[in-house]
Amino acid sequence: MSAPAANAMPLLERLPVALRDACTGWLPESWRWLANSLLSIVALFVVFATLFALLTLAERKILGRVQNRPGPNRAPLPFLGIRTYGLAQPLADGIKMLTKEDIVPRGADRVLHFLAPVALLAFSIMTLAVIPYGRTLLPVELDAAVLYFFAAGAATELAIFMAGWASRNKYSLLAAMRALAQLISYELPLLLSVVPVVLVAGSLSTRVIVEKQGEWLFGALPQWHVFTPWGFAGFLIFLVAALAESNRSPFDLPEAESELIAGHLTEYSGFKYALFFMAEYFGMCALSGMGVTLFLGGWQAPFPALGFIPSYGWFAAKLLALLFVFMWIRATFPRLRIDQLTRLAWKFLVPLALVNLFTAAFWVLSAGWAGPFAFARWVVAGALVVGPFLVLGRRLSTGLGPRTYRYA
Amino acid sequence: MSLAFLLIAFLTVATAAVAMALRNLIRSALLLVASWAGIAAFYLWAGAEFVAFAQVLVYVGAISMVVLFAVLLTRPSRDETEATPASAGRFLPALITGGAVLGVLAGAIVGSPLRTSAKPPAAFTVRELGLQLMGPHAAALVVIGALLTVALLGAIVIAAPGRPGDREDTR
Repeated sequence: MSAPAANAMPLLERLPVALRDACTGWLPESWRWLANSLLSIVALFVVFATLFALLTLAERKILGRVQNRPGPNRAPLPFLGIRTYGLAQPLADGIKMLTKEDIVPRGADRVLHFLAPVALLAFSIMTLAVIPYGRTLLPVELDAAVLYFFAAGAATELAIFMAGWASRNKYSLLAAMRALAQLISYELPLLLSVVPVVLVAGSLSTRVIVEKQGEWLFGALPQWHVFTPWGFAGFLIFLVAALAESNRSPFDLPEAESELIAGHLTEYSGFKYALFFMAEYFGMCALSGMGVTLFLGGWQAPFPALGFIPSYGWFAAKLLALLFVFMWIRATFPRLRIDQLTRLAWKFLVPLALVNLFTAAFWVLSAGWAGPFAFARWVVAGALVVGPFLVLGRRLSTGLGPRTYRYA
Repeated sequence: MSLAFLLIAFLTVATAAVAMALRNLIRSALLLVASWAGIAAFYLWAGAEFVAFAQVLVYVGAISMVVLFAVLLTRPSRDETEATPASAGRFLPALITGGAVLGVLAGAIVGSPLRTSAKPPAAFTVRELGLQLMGPHAAALVVIGALLTVALLGAIVIAAPGRPGDREDTR
């Protein structure tokens, strides 16, 4: 973490760093970085573990609301007996998970069966390290931060494969194969949708990418990447690929409960099961955080007048909004079949992402255009985004009309 | 030679050795992934951040998937993921081939001059790396890209069914 001109910022803005310095300032210089890093890890873990607990409740409540039912509302606060709209539900769930018996199937590969949830959670937490949560809140500053993020994220599907294979259960193994197919298909559009951002920002550092989005058009309109033609298309591709990467509905094929019982989770119980969920939510938070960083301006305020709200507040608001979109999508769309999943990736998202790369390159080359040319710049870039979308979207499902079921 | 380097080297070599010795192919593949991660850790130790993350992304993220897919799809059932021991007659050729590869690699490593200087090298940013790749080394990059594209096309040609009209069962 770095704090340039710390005293020039308002109190709330420099509060986290001031608190940290108050905790570790008395240490000698050589030990301080270690203490600071440990403190960052603890803070990250506490914040995201709390967020995980609340998100499980929020997800069930939102799904309930969408499906016109109350959702969990009966867990009372301990020793008080007051029901606060199910707010104590995460606590009850946690106690249940901790006290449940941990069952390992007799035929399972015991080492891998144990290692899978641990590895999954470890890699998910690692991805949280390079996201700038605020103006001064960047746990690890790396020159190749974006690359680091996707490298750590790529290892999570390997852990899902380990879980599926080690369980010695045919449903789990099918889930493992699906997880691999999904990763290979969606890694490419995810990375390709990020490349334009790197191209325009000219850096792989998350701090630089956020700072480049901090300028104002006409002094009032934010210059976030999502408000450009290539950024809008890239953000949508990123969102779809991120849903697939985090195994969220409608891409939750590895744990499709109507076909595969619970997929790779079938043979897991107790806290190992909870660890999988923790990793899923951490992964979702990390990908949403990366989406906010790359396309939605990171911790920047949407209007100059709203700058008095601290930067981490804006980041949290954007993150929660994106997480809500994830849950909304889960409540709205049915699950894809595996062939639809791979077709969508290879025939639609990958070509669109490649075209988007050209759009971004055009955007960079035409940066100096002014007057009527600025208008032409928008028209050309918009056509480059909309044209391929329409052409590919029409051809995506040709010859694949509704199925006729002869014996049903 | 620092302690960290020795630890990384030991883990990389040990996981690779155990991967060779195990009979369970899935476990071998996963240990091989651990070995690749060890190589990435070495790059990180040596200060080559970008190469380390690229190594993890490509090897741990993608190539491991291909290896696991190959193992799962070529074994008839999961009880046969244990590789059967090869006959003694194949031991000698295997030893000669392996020894020859080792000899060529060792000769190349020992024979190539490595310039070292006392002062630590300047920190390399990703931008400079990109400029190097796109400038002086652009030809190599293009050749590698063409090679990989040809390999990809070859794989598609081998895997694709004959004609669109052909049915699976009549081929």
